[in-house]
Amino acid sequence: MKGEEPAEERKAGETDRRLDDIEVDDKKIDEAKVANKKISASAMDENSIDEKKFRLVSRREVLKLTPVLALGAFAIPGLQEKLLKKGLGFSDWASARLFRSGHRATTFENADLASFDKFPINGYDVDDPGVDLENWRLTVSGAVKNPGRYTLAQVQALPAIRQNTRHVCVEGWDVIGRFGGARLSDFLTMIGADPTAKYITVTCADDYYESLDMATALHPQTLLCYEMYDQPLTREHGAPLRLQAPTKVGYKQAKYLMELKVTHVLDKVGYWEDQGYSWFYGL
Amino acid sequence: MSGAVIEIIREKGKDKVDDSDPIVIARAAYEHPLVVRLCHWINTVALFVMVGSGLQIFRAFPSFGAKIPQKDLLHWPKAFAIGGWLGGALQWHLTFMWIYIATGVLYLGYQIFSGNYRQVLFTHRDVPGVWPMVKHYFFFGPKPVVRESYNPLQKQAYTSAIGLGVLSVLTGLCIWKPIQFSWLAWTMGGFHYARIWHFAVMWAILFFVLGHLVMVILHGWNNFVSMLTGWKKDLGY
Repeated sequence: MKGEEPAEERKAGETDRRLDDIEVDDKKIDEAKVANKKISASAMDENSIDEKKFRLVSRREVLKLTPVLALGAFAIPGLQEKLLKKGLGFSDWASARLFRSGHRATTFENADLASFDKFPINGYDVDDPGVDLENWRLTVSGAVKNPGRYTLAQVQALPAIRQNTRHVCVEGWDVIGRFGGARLSDFLTMIGADPTAKYITVTCADDYYESLDMATALHPQTLLCYEMYDQPLTREHGAPLRLQAPTKVGYKQAKYLMELKVTHVLDKVGYWEDQGYSWFYGL
Repeated sequence: MSGAVIEIIREKGKDKVDDSDPIVIARAAYEHPLVVRLCHWINTVALFVMVGSGLQIFRAFPSFGAKIPQKDLLHWPKAFAIGGWLGGALQWHLTFMWIYIATGVLYLGYQIFSGNYRQVLFTHRDVPGVWPMVKHYFFFGPKPVVRESYNPLQKQAYTSAIGLGVLSVLTGLCIWKPIQFSWLAWTMGGFHYARIWHFAVMWAILFFVLGHLVMVILHGWNNFVSMLTGWKKDLGY
C-alpha cells in the first residue's frame, strides 16, 4: 500500500496539470476571440485566420509604423540644420521655464575650493586682450535712464557679494571657485534699467559678446565680478570686470566687459551661440 | 489582448489533406500593440543618436576628475560619434532627448493604462523561473515550459532596460540642470557622480542592446517580425 501511494499522487498531479492546460486553453481561446474582434472583425473568424488574410493584416500593421520614417528628415541635409536648431530652441524654451528665480546655486565651504592656480583659463582667443585698466569704463546703453560710462569704483560702491560657487563648463568639467563682485541686479537699479526689458547684452575687449535673459540677470547670485579668491581679477580671468552667473554654463561668463546694453530685442546673441551653442543654457 | 493565440489556416492548396477541414499551418499571437512597436522603433533611433552624440560630448572632456591636471580615460574615435564637434553633438543630444523621453513616457503610460505591462513586468513571481532560463540559455539546460509571451529572464531583462532608460534620463537631467534639479543630483552623489552614472548607464544600456540583438538573432526571423507586425508566429519562447 505504502509503495503505491507515490504513484497515485503522481497520477493525481498529472490529471491536475492536464486540467490546468485545458483551462488555460479555454482562457486563451476567449482572449483570442476578444483580440480578433479588436484587431479586425472582417479578416478573421473566431480564432483562426486564412494565411493570405494573415499576410494582409501583417502588412497593414507594418504600414502603421510609417511615422517612424519621419525621423529620416534628420538625415536630409539643409533640413537637418533647421530641425536641430528647432530642437535646441525647444530645449532653451524648456530651460527658461525650468529656471526658478528664487532658487540659488549651491554654495561651498572654503575647504571645497579648487586652488586658484588650478582654476582653468579658457580664453577663446587670447588670455590678455590688453585692456587699459587705468582708463577703463563700462559703457552703458539701451533701455536705461542713466546711460553713460561707469568706473570700476562705481561698481565697487555697490554692496559686495562674495560666493563660492561651481563653475560648469559646457565641455563637462567643473571647478569650485570663489568670486566677488556687485549684484548685476543692483547695478541695473543704479543705471535705471527698464524693468520690462528682456535682455542684457555685453561686449568684451576681445570681441567676445554675450547676452543674458532678464530673469538670470536679476538672480541674486548673478554678479558683475571684479574679484576672484578675494583678489582683484587677473587679466587672464577677465580684468577688470566679468560676468559671473553660477546658474549659467561657463561660456556665458563673459570676461573683460566693455559695454553693457539693456534691450527689448535680442540683436546680438553670443559668440558661441552664433557657432551653434545653446543660448539659455541655464544649469 | 496580448498572448491571445489564433490559428493560421490554409483553405485550399496543394498541402490540403482533408477536404472538410482547413489545415492549420501556424499559430500566432498578437504580442506587441502598435504603441509599443512605434515607441520601440522611434526609441531605437533616438537611443542611437543619444549614444553617438553623447560620446562626441564626452570627447570634449573624456575624464571624470579635475580639469587641472586632466587625466583622459579613453579617446573615443570621432568616426563613431555624431555631431562633428561639441556644439553639433549638443544640438543632436538636446533635440533627440525629447524624442527619447517622449517615447519613454508614451510607452510607460500606454503599458500602465492598458494593463499591457503585466506581459513584461518582472515581479517576485518570476524570480523562480529565472535560473532555469539562464541554465537553458548559457549551460545547455532543458528548455523550460513558458506559457506567457515573455519568459522570466526576458521579463527581467526588459524591466531592467526600462529602469535603465529612466535612469539615463534622470542622470542626464542632473548634468543638464544640476541647479534646478539639485535635490536629484544630491541623490546621485552630486554633479560629478551624476556624470559618472550617466556614462555608466549608457554602457549598461549598450550591454542590454547587445544581449537583446543576440537573442533576437538566436530566436529567428519570426521573433524580429513580431516587433514590426505585432504578430508573433513562433510561440516557442
